Amino acid sequence: MNNKFKIYDKEIVLAGLAIFVIVITFPFWFNMGKAAPAPELKLSDKAKASKECVAPKAFMKAEHMQILDIWRNSVVRDTNRVYTLANGKQYNMSLSTGENSCMGCHVTKADFCDRCHNYASVRPYCWDCHIEPKENK
Amino acid sequence: MENSRRSFLKIAGISALGMGSISANSVFASGTTKKSSPIGEVSKKADALIAKRWAMVVDVKKLAENDLYKKCIEACHKIHNVPKLKNKRHEIKWVWPEEFKHAFPGKEHEFIPDELKELPFIVLCNHCKNPPCVRACPTKATFQRDDGIVLMDFHRCIGCRFCMAACPYGSRSFNFRDPRPFIDEIDPEFPTRMKGVVEKCNFCAERLAVGKQPLCVEVAEGALIFGDLDDKESEVSKILHSKYTIQRKQVLGTGPQIYYIV
Repeated sequence: MNNKFKIYDKEIVLAGLAIFVIVITFPFWFNMGKAAPAPELKLSDKAKASKECVAPKAFMKAEHMQILDIWRNSVVRDTNRVYTLANGKQYNMSLSTGENSCMGCHVTKADFCDRCHNYASVRPYCWDCHIEPKENK
Repeated sequence: MENSRRSFLKIAGISALGMGSISANSVFASGTTKKSSPIGEVSKKADALIAKRWAMVVDVKKLAENDLYKKCIEACHKIHNVPKLKNKRHEIKWVWPEEFKHAFPGKEHEFIPDELKELPFIVLCNHCKNPPCVRACPTKATFQRDDGIVLMDFHRCIGCRFCMAACPYGSRSFNFRDPRPFIDEIDPEFPTRMKGVVEKCNFCAERLAVGKQPLCVEVAEGALIFGDLDDKESEVSKILHSKYTIQRKQVLGTGPQIYYIV
């Protein structure tokens, strides 16, 4: 037999390797099959009734932060605060103030913003300054 | 062989140049092209107040009657969610009263009338024509609008306080603490600030956008006059042409847009 392939203290090394692999993969097999279901948004009655948002649903899902960013610059720097859709519908370009703002329609932060944000473990600091609608806290 | 090396270097040089320009192009393009809104058009509200150069005239004596100035301050601080902090060093203020000698250092002397000494001079951000805070701000969080208002984008403020050092009027306050617990009644119509952000008077930009005068002007029963200096027919222009008014520290060249009738 070729001496090149001999492992010294074979049992201990292999046992150690096995323990290492088990420990390293622990989070994977421990959480197997326990993935949290994707969150479902609860739309407010007002949001349901209006049937459309400022952009298609898929776009809003993926890009709402970009819209908020663009809106912020438009409102603060260019003083343009009204957003008009092609069909003539107008919105108040504000996250949290007024009837026609984001939170004017999506009235409950916990049912709307928080569901996905908690699931995705993102913590936007919007609410450090902006005030969520009071009656639906 | 000589010839082929020469042509190789030529081709290599040209292609390097080409690649460089492509990457430079894409870098510049991403910097300058603004992402447009997806489908909608943005515009101002039809009844928004628009001007070329907003300014305010303070009729100091009139404002002192019946503690009118206190009402203005209270109203302003209420709608803008300005916290009431007891500790002087943490104090936040947008509008506040000041004695003549403090508001106008250099203009006072031994023999000014007692009445003047005791008058409360309301002071606020001067919305300077040549604002030093805007130059100092490293993030462009503070900027000057086309209508002259010196505004803050609170989202962008990193709390470096250069603007506070630059402002010769002390018009800016820094949130050393989270302001929320110190606001008696939060007005949902205006966001609060967070810890680590500078704030100041915004000439009620949010009210001008919906066609209303600044709140202090509305409350002041005519003792504060707000208007467009570019418009010769506006009330502020007429007053400034007919009455003697003073500005705070105008020798510094900041061009303050708050004028005082003494």
